[in-house]
Amino acid sequence: MKKTTLIAGAISALAAALAFIAKSKQKPAASEAVRAARYRQPRRVLIAGATSAIAQEAAKEFAADGDKLFLIARNAEKLQVVADDLRVRGAAQVETAVLDLTDTDRHAATLDQAAEALDGLDIALIAHGTLSDQAACQQSYALTEQEMRTNFLSVVSLVTLLANRFEAERRGTIAVISSVAGDRGRKSNYVYGAAKAGVTAFLSGVRGRLADAGVTVITIKPGMVDTPMTAHLEKGALFASAESVGQGVYRAIITGREVVYLPRFWWVIMTVIRHVPEFIFKKLNF
Amino acid sequence: MKDFQSWGRYFNYRHEIRRMGWRFSAPAMLADLPASFLPVGLGRSYGDSCLNDGGILLDMTPLNHFLAFDRENGLLRCEAGVSLEEILKIIVPHGWFLSVTPGTKFVTVGGAIANDVHGKNHGHAGTFGMHVTRFELLRSDGTRLLCSPTENADWFRATIGGLGLTGVILWAEFKLKKIESPFIDEEIIKFRNLDEFFEIARESEAGYEHTVSWIDCFAHGDSLGKGVFLRGNNTAAPTTYSYQPPKPQRLAVPFTAPNFALNNYTMRAFNVLYYEKNLRKIVRGTVHYEPFFYPLDAIGQWNRIYGNRGFMQYQCIVPYDDGFRAIRAIIHKIATSGLTPFLNVLKTFGDKKSPGMLSFPRKGVTLAIDFPNQGQATLDLLTEIDRMVLDSGGIAGYPAKDSRMSAEFFKAFFPQWEAFMEFIDPKISSSFWRRVTGNSE
Ligand SMILES: Cc1cc2nc3c(=O)[nH]c(=O)nc-3n(C[C@H](O)[C@H](O)[C@H](O)COP(=O)(O)OP(=O)(O)OC[C@H]3O[C@@H](n4cnc5c(N)ncnc54)[C@H](O)[C@@H]3O)c2cc1C
Ligand SMILES: NC(=O)c1ccc[n+]([C@@H]2O[C@H](COP(=O)([O-])OP(=O)(O)OC[C@H]3O[C@@H](n4cnc5c(N)ncnc54)[C@H](OP(=O)(O)O)[C@@H]3O)[C@@H](O)[C@H]2O)c1
Repeated sequence: MKKTTLIAGAISALAAALAFIAKSKQKPAASEAVRAARYRQPRRVLIAGATSAIAQEAAKEFAADGDKLFLIARNAEKLQVVADDLRVRGAAQVETAVLDLTDTDRHAATLDQAAEALDGLDIALIAHGTLSDQAACQQSYALTEQEMRTNFLSVVSLVTLLANRFEAERRGTIAVISSVAGDRGRKSNYVYGAAKAGVTAFLSGVRGRLADAGVTVITIKPGMVDTPMTAHLEKGALFASAESVGQGVYRAIITGREVVYLPRFWWVIMTVIRHVPEFIFKKLNF
Repeated sequence: MKDFQSWGRYFNYRHEIRRMGWRFSAPAMLADLPASFLPVGLGRSYGDSCLNDGGILLDMTPLNHFLAFDRENGLLRCEAGVSLEEILKIIVPHGWFLSVTPGTKFVTVGGAIANDVHGKNHGHAGTFGMHVTRFELLRSDGTRLLCSPTENADWFRATIGGLGLTGVILWAEFKLKKIESPFIDEEIIKFRNLDEFFEIARESEAGYEHTVSWIDCFAHGDSLGKGVFLRGNNTAAPTTYSYQPPKPQRLAVPFTAPNFALNNYTMRAFNVLYYEKNLRKIVRGTVHYEPFFYPLDAIGQWNRIYGNRGFMQYQCIVPYDDGFRAIRAIIHKIATSGLTPFLNVLKTFGDKKSPGMLSFPRKGVTLAIDFPNQGQATLDLLTEIDRMVLDSGGIAGYPAKDSRMSAEFFKAFFPQWEAFMEFIDPKISSSFWRRVTGNSE
């Protein structure tokens, strides 16, 4: 058997075992203990990409805590459905803005609008993204650039504005959904992976810059999640539900964990994957 | 094609599963679906009313958003894929409860309407559909019908208890019940036989909203119909509103039990155990609504204990007669059949009449029994009971439960089936409907 096949086999066996262990001891939603840690005042939470399946699940947790939400999404009909839902689920206030987030020129004004509507901001969750069509991107720089705008540059713009705002206030939390795909470029998915790697590196730098200012910067790296983004993929044992990942996002924000793999077992898998020597990695088929 | 089994795990059918998208994009999605498809919720129906062998199952659970909650007047509007569990999390802390709930909270609003489900309070509150104020029905040709008792009233009646066949319910609005606390003042009473059951049932009618009994289907002779009677009311004294039950139980049946685990002995032990737990004649207590309404929900996937062959639930309603002869004869038939029933529920239904055309509940005494699938012997016994029920003027073949009734009996029990046909969406079909109308190409 070829060495690469062996390594790929070993990685997938390890992944399957870890997924199994994780599934057999899934944590209950947001535990009472975590909820008890909530602020007295409602949190003022901005969510970019609020119609994302993962973001909706995280938002439900904030709503259940009675927090105030400002939701940004590009599709007005979806946004309306999500906003109504979160109101019923207990959010103290829900405001919305329709915006294609690649339109970075409008970011500053929209953030001001959010801060005004909620009377300040405590938390910003950035969740929007697209799973790039790798084959199509390989044939088109224009498409690749578009993907970079969506998954990387729009995040850079938002985080730059938020970082400056929170730095001045010497408080606040910025949480961004990156991906395990950003941990190492794979031939099957490197455009998306490169954008997410950029996000991860950017956040790591901002975290350092804002450490003294008391601002928390959170990088969330989900593995494979069953959401509309992955609707076209065959669902194996490694897929987590949007619900469990969304609750993990909420927990990470509440507890201030800075780098989080969701589910946690992805940390082990990615540690192994990052350490496979390049001469072998380049031959792996994934 | 993927496997999708209903709760009884009796059918091994093949389906193509599609997932519902956003509510506003539903008309376009339905237009693209080929015939035949069937909307499904959480698959908690025991038989084949949520199956469509060889066709498409349209998973409605992604439609899980709330639309509005009037906390003063107890009116809730939500998408049809929202589960009762999710609803309870939201309404209980505000002092509201479901007006009617089945014995599991893992059902969707769409499923609760389509089977017009009932609960322990049938005598006081009727069926789920009787509390629905309106809903939106989407037909596969793109027609959207807002249905209420006054608007598109014929579609309202056809869709309540309409088994998903009249179209897809997108959202529904329904009235909630005010509660002062999430607890129930409960009384458990042992009864020695059927006469005692009817005595307690009669004296409990006015003063107790929730009633149900578990009977020992092995007992015959003098103790035929012995069991335990549960009755209760929502605790009146205000306590703190907590969604969480005091001690959340986390049990699950992680694998499919081998068939041999289901011999007579284990079944009998289970029945006796349930029975003997209550040593005093009347046991009073205050319990959280969770164990009171949903005792089986604490054990995830309990349906696996019946093994790979699955099981069938039989439910019938028998009208009152002199000396309760018909129901006595049916229980006797089962007790002496040598087959091994499990989880037997006996309960009286009141005379509240649902608007649903095919709605099942009506006044009388209802018996619901789980039978592990023992092949032809089980089927033969159930056909014999069908005959006894029919002769008594009662009804059997509740579509939420049935897996095996013949077209002949179904048409006798549900003579309105033909009038219902004109409401069926041309692109929707189910294995159940094909079977009970004798149309299983
Ligand atoms: C432990 C247990 C206890 C139960 N106790 C009771 C009880 O006490 N009383 C009682 O009445 N029933 C009881 N049931 C049965 C259960 O309440 C019904 O079968 C219910 O309809 C299941 O809902 P579901 O969401 O799982 O729907 P499914 O089983 O998936 O579907 C049921 C029907 O609803 C239709 N449907 C689903 N969604 C839609 C939609 N959006 N639009 C149109 N049609 C739709 C389907 O086509 C199908 O005909 C019990 C079941 C279990 C497992
Ligand atoms: N699913 C996974 O396996 C997985 C794994 C790792 C990381 N992630 C990341 O998790 C995040 C959430 O994704 P998801 O899984 O929840 O998928 P999803 O439901 O498809 O959500 C993606 C969201 O991004 C929005 N969006 C895309 N481009 C946008 C733009 N230009 N402007 C505004 N909004 C835009 C989409 O809006 P529309 O609905 O209008 O299209 C959608 O709401 C993404 O950052 C994704 O990269 C996902």
